[in-house]
Amino acid sequence: MHELAVCQGLMGQVEQIARRENAERITRILLSIGPLSGVEATLLKDAFPIAAAGTVAEDADLAIEEQAVRVKCLSCGAESEASANRLLCAACGDYRTRLVSGDEMLLMSVELERRESA
Amino acid sequence: MCDTCGCNITDGNRHLIEGDGKLAQTASGKEAISVLQGLLSANDHAAAHNREHFNRHAVLAVNLMSSPGSGKTRLLEETITALGDELRVAVVEGDLETENDAQRIRDKGVEAVQITTGTACHLDAHMVHDALHQLDLDAVDILFIENVGNLVCPASFDLGQHRNITLLSVTEGDDKPAKYPVMFRAADLMLISKSDLLAVLDDFSPQKAERHLRELASPAPVYTLSARSGDGLADWLDWLRREHTAALERTARGDTVRPAIQADGQPLHAHAHDHGHHSHD
Repeated sequence: MHELAVCQGLMGQVEQIARRENAERITRILLSIGPLSGVEATLLKDAFPIAAAGTVAEDADLAIEEQAVRVKCLSCGAESEASANRLLCAACGDYRTRLVSGDEMLLMSVELERRESA
Repeated sequence: MCDTCGCNITDGNRHLIEGDGKLAQTASGKEAISVLQGLLSANDHAAAHNREHFNRHAVLAVNLMSSPGSGKTRLLEETITALGDELRVAVVEGDLETENDAQRIRDKGVEAVQITTGTACHLDAHMVHDALHQLDLDAVDILFIENVGNLVCPASFDLGQHRNITLLSVTEGDDKPAKYPVMFRAADLMLISKSDLLAVLDDFSPQKAERHLRELASPAPVYTLSARSGDGLADWLDWLRREHTAALERTARGDTVRPAIQADGQPLHAHAHDHGHHSHD
């Protein structure tokens, strides 16, 4: 249950962006989360209101883009979908694969309203 | 994770920022600011700072992770005894409460800093940074960071270490790598501990445990050992010696290294270090 710590880190970043952009409110936050990142999207959503309380993002909508696990085979070159605990090539079965996506834990974008008199 | 060069843009998310992707334009007339930054960038920044400290002082930093009770402290005790005067060891201990583990290490004549995290289930780079201020890194060859016993949260936090080691004791299930893929995928080395109990725990198969690790696309070596009997310790000590030599060479070159998977968006295991005497089958 480290999602609250992750959310607090997120709030630090969001507040920094709000200051830089002279934003009055943050209205939407978009994250990209993969199953191999170690954080659960649903738990992040639960933790978000606690971390966001009293910040410029208090009323923001937290949107989470969940990424699929995909691997590229280093042996046959095929790219395929995989599950989090079976990162094998779907084409040839080799375990020597490279993760193409699935470990994302990224702040993609924030949507904001600027102050009238910048 | 790197937040400056654009390597966060992976094949998995590129479509979001190109063409008419979701991030290429604003959705509702409000202004959207594209960020593409790791959610733990403050932690990652502190971790990079710790890693610089280690490199400057030619210290190999090793992060030990496992469930509670898999024998991390016992392994460290026997490792300290076995290394004797050969390599100077210091330990940062992470626990929710008590100084017990740090005291066990100090009883071996080695410096130990205890971090009590309270309710936090993992160490983070800031906690480790504070602990480093209590250590003279010039008097250390290998710094072990014994993380909080937990197979979930510690895997997500870079501490500045060079290598991750995950212990799996034979009193646990041999399918732990399949149950906790994030943790075991982070391992540069997996140690199957308490092997002296294999004789009575015949439902644990080291071969199966290794197969589950391979299914995570991990080429990490696997050593089976018992700190109690001393069986298998030689391979582990040799691994430490090799890694320490590599750390000295890196410092001489002004180079650094991170655990195998933590360079987000970069090819897995692209680093060319010797994984030792192990066959991948």
